[in-house]
Amino acid sequence: MSDAPRQTPAPAASRAGMKKELPERFRSYKHVWVFIEYEHGHIHPVSLELLGEGRKLADKLQVDLAGVLIGGDAAELAEAAQVCFEHGADIAYRVADPVLTHYRNEPYTKALTDLVNTYQPEIVLLGATTLGRDLAGSVATTLLTGLTADCTELAIDDERSLAATRPTFGGSLLCTIHTLNFRPQMATIRPRVMAMPLASPGRTGRIVDHALDMTEIDIITKVLQFIPDRDTQKAQLAYADVVVAGGLGLKSAENFQLVKDLAAVLGAEYGGSRPLVQKGWITADRQIGQTGKTIRPKLYIAAGISGAIQHRVGVEGADMIVAINTDAKAPIFDFAQIGIVANAVELLPVLTAAFRRRLSVHRLAS
Amino acid sequence: MHTVVCIKQVPDSAQIRVHPVHNTIMRQGVPTIINPYDLFALEAALALRDKLGGSVTVLCMGPPMAEDSLRKALTFGADRAVLLTDRYFAGSDTLATSFALSSAIARIGETFGPVDIVFTGKQTIDGDTAQVGPGIAKRLDLNQLTYVSRITDLDTETRQITVERRAEGGVQVLKTALPVLVTMLEGTNEIRRGSLADALRAARAEVTIWNAADAGITELLKCGLRGSPTVVKKVFAPTARADKAALIETDGKNGAQIADALIAAILDRNPALDADLRRLSAGF
Repeated sequence: MSDAPRQTPAPAASRAGMKKELPERFRSYKHVWVFIEYEHGHIHPVSLELLGEGRKLADKLQVDLAGVLIGGDAAELAEAAQVCFEHGADIAYRVADPVLTHYRNEPYTKALTDLVNTYQPEIVLLGATTLGRDLAGSVATTLLTGLTADCTELAIDDERSLAATRPTFGGSLLCTIHTLNFRPQMATIRPRVMAMPLASPGRTGRIVDHALDMTEIDIITKVLQFIPDRDTQKAQLAYADVVVAGGLGLKSAENFQLVKDLAAVLGAEYGGSRPLVQKGWITADRQIGQTGKTIRPKLYIAAGISGAIQHRVGVEGADMIVAINTDAKAPIFDFAQIGIVANAVELLPVLTAAFRRRLSVHRLAS
Repeated sequence: MHTVVCIKQVPDSAQIRVHPVHNTIMRQGVPTIINPYDLFALEAALALRDKLGGSVTVLCMGPPMAEDSLRKALTFGADRAVLLTDRYFAGSDTLATSFALSSAIARIGETFGPVDIVFTGKQTIDGDTAQVGPGIAKRLDLNQLTYVSRITDLDTETRQITVERRAEGGVQVLKTALPVLVTMLEGTNEIRRGSLADALRAARAEVTIWNAADAGITELLKCGLRGSPTVVKKVFAPTARADKAALIETDGKNGAQIADALIAAILDRNPALDADLRRLSAGF
């Protein structure tokens, strides 16, 4: 993907208009792959979300969907493969080797690159996590193919080409990007952007083993230690059922407490828009939007957030968006389901009190 | 210790406006800044130089006006600045960008001394891809250390570096050998205020300006639009949904009544939320 947004749409448009044939050496590239992020004994949920999306692309192309499993233990990866099959994969490519026990760029790049060169997929999807982005950039550069970061929508066009849509220009516009003359077409997608598919228990598939052909002596980088985060410290925004967030409409860092108060009463996670991180009102792990967390809660309450595109794409997966903003013309009212034109600083405390009353009544009743 | 810090000049995204009719970016009058993520990389490089000696070269690919950003980097204390500018680079995607930058870094090594560490920011605020750093590492065969929060040890004798790296669900402590590429995580340091001496030096300093040929690039097919496997087919504004938000009436109501009306509207739309809220508020 374009790191620099194109200077003007003009050259991009004229280039897109150039009809080019896919070179002969890429015509045999077939099937859709999802890199399965398997670490510390479990699969990152984003990988299963991508299997759900990959299934749709594979069905449209009438090809197979494969999960790529790279790790240290063949038996563990076999269990993970079964989870992939139940979430839509037909094939699991497995590279099991002790040197792959912990993620390291060098051996993982070799494993995935070798697999691609051997089995020739037309599409490779990875989660836009720290691991996925670290790996995707190396693999795409090694293969000299196109990579589109942080896609929010994937589709197959009439010419079997992957149309990858993402926000651009700091999130003020969307662009659709194609990798026309190279294969595979690679893309990363953030956690929670795609819906988690329903599992089909008992669904099976085929495991294909591939050897790494690398030993510890070949690998310069060593993992000295892994220090797990203490769960209580980290925001669990991405997978929260209810999220309350604030924006610049709160007017001051002190007023952000009103968001926290409502979240506490609801048992919700809290977050904020990008300017709040830049102002230092909240930490970066609580940023909601394209460059922060993408959320898909059942209920999202946005207080004093105008709803720029980069925020919108991070919250559109919510079942219900409630917007509180003084400006009736704020873009957030274009994609919220329920809106209220009011000053969040005044409304939040009464809303918190009203929820508290209601929920405590219920608790007494039960 | 010779480090190269890659910086990018970006439009201050907070001030970008989209033309309401043509859906194009209105660049006129939008100020440019050094990509904020790159400042963490620059400070990390300057801190290493202060501790271990050596020099810091800042490198920027962009139009001639990007010289302003390089001069700014000099005021923070960078030792020399190289601007890579050529119309052949226009329209580069991340693959073409990493080709041009890695060629320039190789040339910097030949010209100003071998490069031990290449620093970049985590990503840019305009492209947001985080792909160029890994691309440079792969092309120059550097050991790759992304999302680094801290350099805990750097032994110039053994040329071993130990860092803490933000990983999924925790921090990885990695040890590897120079030369390396490091992408610095945000919030890990604070860019220094440049000294008066640095400001005076920056005002007088020569920024080295290289075109593709100066950077040793002969394969122009790998540059710019022609060297970019990705093609932007469409740029568009998202369509507004047909159904706008249902607005809660506020006229003639006091705060509590408005709040009750809002809660009623939420539960009316999704009655099942009531049970979810009771469960969550009780701490489950």
